[in-house]
Amino acid sequence: MTSQDNVPLTRAQIRQAKRIKRFDNPWMNPKLIWGAGLLLGIIFLGIIGRFIWDLDLVFTGSSPLKLPPLGFENLRGQSGVIDHPIGTDGGGRDLLALIIVGAPNTLFVGLLASFIGMSIGIFLGFSAGFLGGRTDDVIRVGADVMITIPPLLILVVFQSAFGDVTLTMMALLIAGFVWQSPTRLIRAQVLSMKQSGYVQMAQLSGASTGHIMFREMMPNLVPYLFGSFIASVTTSIVTAVGLEVLGLGPQRIPTLGRTIYEAINAGALIQNLWWWWGIPTLLLAVIFIGLLLINLGLDEVSNPRLRKLS
Amino acid sequence: MGRIPRDYLINRLVTLVLTILIAATIIWIIPRLSPVDPAEIALGRMAAGAGSVANSEEILAQLRANMGIDQPLIVQYLKYISGALVFDFGLSTAAFPTPVSTLIMNALPWTLGLMILSLIITFVIGNLLGALMVWDRSPKLVKVAIPAAMVFTSIPPILSGLLLMWIFAAKLQWFPLTGAYSIFVEPGWTWTFVQSVLYHGFLPALSIVVVTFGFWALGMRGLMITVQGEDYVKLAEAKGLKPRYILYRYMIRNAILPQITAFALKIGLLIAGQVLVERIFAYNGMGKLLYDAILNQDFPVIQGVSYVIILITALSVFLVDLLYPFIDPRIRHEAN
Repeated sequence: MTSQDNVPLTRAQIRQAKRIKRFDNPWMNPKLIWGAGLLLGIIFLGIIGRFIWDLDLVFTGSSPLKLPPLGFENLRGQSGVIDHPIGTDGGGRDLLALIIVGAPNTLFVGLLASFIGMSIGIFLGFSAGFLGGRTDDVIRVGADVMITIPPLLILVVFQSAFGDVTLTMMALLIAGFVWQSPTRLIRAQVLSMKQSGYVQMAQLSGASTGHIMFREMMPNLVPYLFGSFIASVTTSIVTAVGLEVLGLGPQRIPTLGRTIYEAINAGALIQNLWWWWGIPTLLLAVIFIGLLLINLGLDEVSNPRLRKLS
Repeated sequence: MGRIPRDYLINRLVTLVLTILIAATIIWIIPRLSPVDPAEIALGRMAAGAGSVANSEEILAQLRANMGIDQPLIVQYLKYISGALVFDFGLSTAAFPTPVSTLIMNALPWTLGLMILSLIITFVIGNLLGALMVWDRSPKLVKVAIPAAMVFTSIPPILSGLLLMWIFAAKLQWFPLTGAYSIFVEPGWTWTFVQSVLYHGFLPALSIVVVTFGFWALGMRGLMITVQGEDYVKLAEAKGLKPRYILYRYMIRNAILPQITAFALKIGLLIAGQVLVERIFAYNGMGKLLYDAILNQDFPVIQGVSYVIILITALSVFLVDLLYPFIDPRIRHEAN
């Protein structure tokens, strides 16, 4: 007697049923749900952590130095303690407190920069595609030029000239470099949509430009906008982490990148303090994989042909 | 092989020149907006070295004159732009009388070497793997690589660099932790030096390859799926051509074209990622130079490095755009 005999449906049938359900509601995409789950996990870590953990432990010297996570031993033979479950860094800061504050900060920079960049991109992309002519030329060349310039290098110049920045300021600076791809994407979409029947119909019936842009075209762009938004979040976080690892970015606010920077500078790799750089690295990887899954899921939502492939 | 259409060439050239000009201008404007006075930083460095500085006002004035920041802004700007054209960014303030261009020229071959090596490896491996993921005759094992490729692509090279460094350099000690060649080896065109360079370059290159091959593989997979359904592939199969021949000459040949454009768009991010990898591996390239300059507030070097990297990016994009009509003859017809 195997357990399968009692089950009325075979495995294949269950899978089939699931697939049909999934077909009914494309938003119930497992990749999308997993990706969103990972990012929500980071946000929850930030929210719940604030209530249950003592955040004063992010200050230098608030804890013993270089303690390992629970169940491990460091080179000096000290083992982890329950007061600092995932260890402490070389400056005497509790890593759990650091990531509770730092991980949401990193995500915040990415989301804010991307949101602003997208808004600029939507505005410019629509203007270029819809108005055409001189406006289009200027915006197109501008986007082409700016897409070649790596944001990191300009921001390095900026931050080394100005010194310390706030998180919001950094997000604003990064936003100045993530509007190009959405602009190009939206422009191309708008150009092709302009030829479509429903837009010409709206034009003929005397709808205003604003109405055509936002009520007729925008809903069709939503999947592209989401996809582009997530891609910009990734670019923004990569840029932010890059700046932080070079020792720039906010100097007094804990972020994942800055923690890695301090760990490298203190020689954490040679001293085998793997938790110091490893835990922030792991969290960043979780953020990036979450964003990737959301992007793949959105692709499948907006492009049903891909759903059949996987 | 025809020639490049003139309109297309002019269009690309204008973009190239504009990119370089705008980037150079931004790099020039930013420090001028900052309240920090470079002359005061230089004076501060002197004071830190000597204990105290007499006649500080006169020295400040002299420093400003040396740096050229006592002149009108427009003169400064024109001087800067004409200097940037011949890679003259003045003198480094941290390594004082050394010109910035000398520092950059010493670092540049390392960066370019690492970049070209890792780019070629990832482009070949990634595209081949992506093609094999779709090809129905490839071993099942290749299909397993799809999720792995996806996960790796999402991670920036600095994270993979840290991980590889820890495992292979700190833990297993198979590879050196930092540097571009052993300090016991005399630089020169000797076999031991080349060996040392390859040995030291392996981990930095690997950390870039590991996280970038997936980008090409996934892009290629999508393109191959489209190409697979095309009539000319069906025809080739019906003609009884060898499957391998169809894969290389019919499918990959057509699917690879958009990948080359993707390359042009991606190169900026790739270079920025590599700068960071060089920084964590203390590799003798632009990344390390940039990081040291940031630490020392060596502004001319920061400017020079940023400018040169942006220049490399813009030139690569330009070259890819120029080569494209040769690889894809259809482009030429469109332009006409």
